Amino acid sequence: MTILSVRRVSKRFGGLQAVSDLSFDVARGSIKALIGPNGAGKTTLFNLISGFLPPDSGEIYFGGAPVHDLPSHQIASRGMVRTFQHIRLFPKMTVLENIMVGRHVHSRAGFLAGMLNLPFTWREERRIREKGQEIMELLGIAEHAHTEAASLAYGQQRVVEIGRALACEPRLLLLDEPAAGLNMRETNGMGGLIGKIRDMGITVLLVEHDMSLVMGISDEIVVLSFGQKIAEDRPLAIQKNREVIRVYLGDDA
Amino acid sequence: MAGVTYGTIYAIVAIGFNIIYNATGIINFAQGEFVMLGGMTAVTLSRFVPLPVAILGAVVLTTIVGAVIEIVFIRWLHRPSVLRMVIITIGISILIREIALHVWGESVRSLPYFTGTSVTSIRLGGVYISPQVLWAVGVGAVAVALLSAFFNLTMLGRQMRACSANRDAARLCGINAGNMVTLSFMISAAIGAIGGCVVCPITYVHYDSGTPLAIKGFTVAILGGLGNSTAAVGAGMILGILESFSIWVLPAAYKEAISIAILLLILFVRPSGIFGSAEAARLKEF
Amino acid sequence: MARRYSMVAAFAGLVVAIQVATYLAGAPYHLTQLTMTAYYSLLIVGLCMLIGYAGQISLGHAGFFAIGGYVSAFLTTHDLAAHKGLRLVALLQKAGMLLERSDLYGGSHLVVHPWLACAAAVLLAVVIAYVVGGPVLKLRGHYLAMATLGFGIIIYRVALGTELLGAADGISEVPGFPLPFGLIISGNASVRVSNYYLAWGLVILGMVLLLNLIQSRVGRALSAVHGAEDAAGAIGIPTARYKLNTFVLSAAFASVAGVFLTHYNGGIGPSEASVMKSVRYVAIVAIGGMANLWGALLMSLVLNYLSLRGYFGTFDDAVFGVILILIMLFAPDGLLRRHILADLKRLASGGASDEEAA
Repeated sequence: MTILSVRRVSKRFGGLQAVSDLSFDVARGSIKALIGPNGAGKTTLFNLISGFLPPDSGEIYFGGAPVHDLPSHQIASRGMVRTFQHIRLFPKMTVLENIMVGRHVHSRAGFLAGMLNLPFTWREERRIREKGQEIMELLGIAEHAHTEAASLAYGQQRVVEIGRALACEPRLLLLDEPAAGLNMRETNGMGGLIGKIRDMGITVLLVEHDMSLVMGISDEIVVLSFGQKIAEDRPLAIQKNREVIRVYLGDDA
Repeated sequence: MAGVTYGTIYAIVAIGFNIIYNATGIINFAQGEFVMLGGMTAVTLSRFVPLPVAILGAVVLTTIVGAVIEIVFIRWLHRPSVLRMVIITIGISILIREIALHVWGESVRSLPYFTGTSVTSIRLGGVYISPQVLWAVGVGAVAVALLSAFFNLTMLGRQMRACSANRDAARLCGINAGNMVTLSFMISAAIGAIGGCVVCPITYVHYDSGTPLAIKGFTVAILGGLGNSTAAVGAGMILGILESFSIWVLPAAYKEAISIAILLLILFVRPSGIFGSAEAARLKEF
Repeated sequence: MARRYSMVAAFAGLVVAIQVATYLAGAPYHLTQLTMTAYYSLLIVGLCMLIGYAGQISLGHAGFFAIGGYVSAFLTTHDLAAHKGLRLVALLQKAGMLLERSDLYGGSHLVVHPWLACAAAVLLAVVIAYVVGGPVLKLRGHYLAMATLGFGIIIYRVALGTELLGAADGISEVPGFPLPFGLIISGNASVRVSNYYLAWGLVILGMVLLLNLIQSRVGRALSAVHGAEDAAGAIGIPTARYKLNTFVLSAAFASVAGVFLTHYNGGIGPSEASVMKSVRYVAIVAIGGMANLWGALLMSLVLNYLSLRGYFGTFDDAVFGVILILIMLFAPDGLLRRHILADLKRLASGGASDEEAA
């Protein structure tokens, strides 16, 4: 079952063709990785898929429905949530509050209800708080509930950001370099976390540079170079793929 | 014809905006006040010294004000956001305006015409123009030419351009970025003051004339593409002429409202201006 | 929740204490400026919501105040007798929405009932806010500032240049605003005390609504949008819609303030829409702490009162300009916030870069 389908997507910035005629699918319940040297177009691709940039041409289907012309918040409400390469937590809010924001699409109190402090909002707020607590416990960060998010260690901030995304109950989670800036121990922890997420039934698409992480957890890998797909296969096969090796290590005489 | 005169002063204010913007990324809302100060100071000085000396004195004094503003308010700020800067310059413009109010009162002043009187006119190709208009356009053209030469041909000018392109790299080459910023303020103040003096006989000046000029100068700068001074000249003329024609369509009282409506329209539709690049403008953020 | 409402109760206590103090001091006339201060404060707390929580600057909010005041003033003073032939006029008359008033010379005028006028005024302000806000809020940083500044100036010029709105003289002879239970919003000395409590009651109501909003799901979402707009969108918050709604909400607060202050003062002039007023409001929000409703309210109380009593003399506008400059230079997040000491220390040791999301 395909949950995400990218069909012949292209994006150009002035003189640079960032993504060129790219197509691939992501199977439901799997972990798929996008790798490639710097400048290969991975982040641009993420931005295209998650609605932060409109593609010049091509289509993107999520759960069977077209999403290539939707804004990011609508895509998120349909169940596709992304994280960011440079962590974007909400600076002046606590860890718990950051995660509670993730419940936005699963709650309804609007401006009027909020201003009038209507009774149904009390129950809703309580449920939001409980769910936030649940997620923090799942991720092992419950002790930091009331700490200002920005004051945590970098690795923990990453976990909070993922917690916020999980609060959204996504069907597909887009992780943008989740191991960036993490040491070896934290990276291993991240690998375990991603596995746990997959076990919860959430499909994961990640962009990553850390090869040990990628090879260790991915079901399939897509390799990009200069905006084009040059390989799509299982990890072992990718490791042996001559094109991939050439792209990463350069031509060997 | 009034359109051309006003167009010139709008273009001059816009060029002042562009110079500071190019050097610092700041929109200096006090730009209009430099024009006002130039005119007002010249009027006061002209009571004691002959007109050319008064104008020179006014320009020098306004330039000093420009330098002081930069040193006191701006120099020591560490990477301020653009929004914070525009609010600070709005505050500075209010301060200058209030000081002007207390120094010169509410009366409207004017300089005498440089040549001839208010009724002198020269026949130019079938139209009668006041020589002051020729002064305004002439001075404007000379100013643009001099600035162009300065930025392209002199060492100092090239250093300023380097600074605006990449401040850190310029620093590494030994250019004192801080002084470049001060210089940009001084140049903008000077050109504003000159413009103020030369159009003063036609447009008059009072303590309050700075703010509308800042708005319109900003409109022109945006219209021509922020940072593009050559385009600012053309854009200034367009706005000046549009404005003078608008009184045929709507009551004169709404003239300023029309200019602002034009500004808003540009910001909504094509903030990169007529000559700017749409790609950079889509970010709508500088 | 209890903390929130206990602060409201404390403030209500302060309001009462001030009134009692003026009574005991035998100086009830202070209540007039305090009542005017209340209406300006209503605008200011709404503006604080927009600037501090939604992170959108508005340098033209006096424009919405003026729209509210002018529309209400116009409808309650403009004689419709000349238009009796119009269907709409006849309809309104039948619905009891028109009033007969006698003018200065004993003649009789047909004007709109203040309640309908108020509704029309606020409705117009809200509609304009929706129409203007959409494109304006897509702008960033100084473009947003200039656009809102421009909006305010347009309103000012329209008010100043339109004969029907009294041009430079504005509209006067605006009647009081009748309320149930025989109450009336009016500058008449005989109803001074009741008007004081009505005005501050309105402000307290406004505060309660805004405090509730801040603590709610939407308030959290607004903080998120202000903190990291991309991330907020990525988890499903409709950022553009929420910013617009907050803009419209703050415009509604401003226009309501405009309506009632106009009826209290008995008139309105174009200076209420001026750039100076808009700058003043932003300065007060800034010095109050940007994202601090109570700070904005308290600063509004103090500064507006001093200004109205004439303590700043001819330097009235200059004072607020200076305040704005000083706050923006030294404490761009405002004065009354918890980390002020830490910030002063940081400033003294060489400053840190501030990459605020504008």
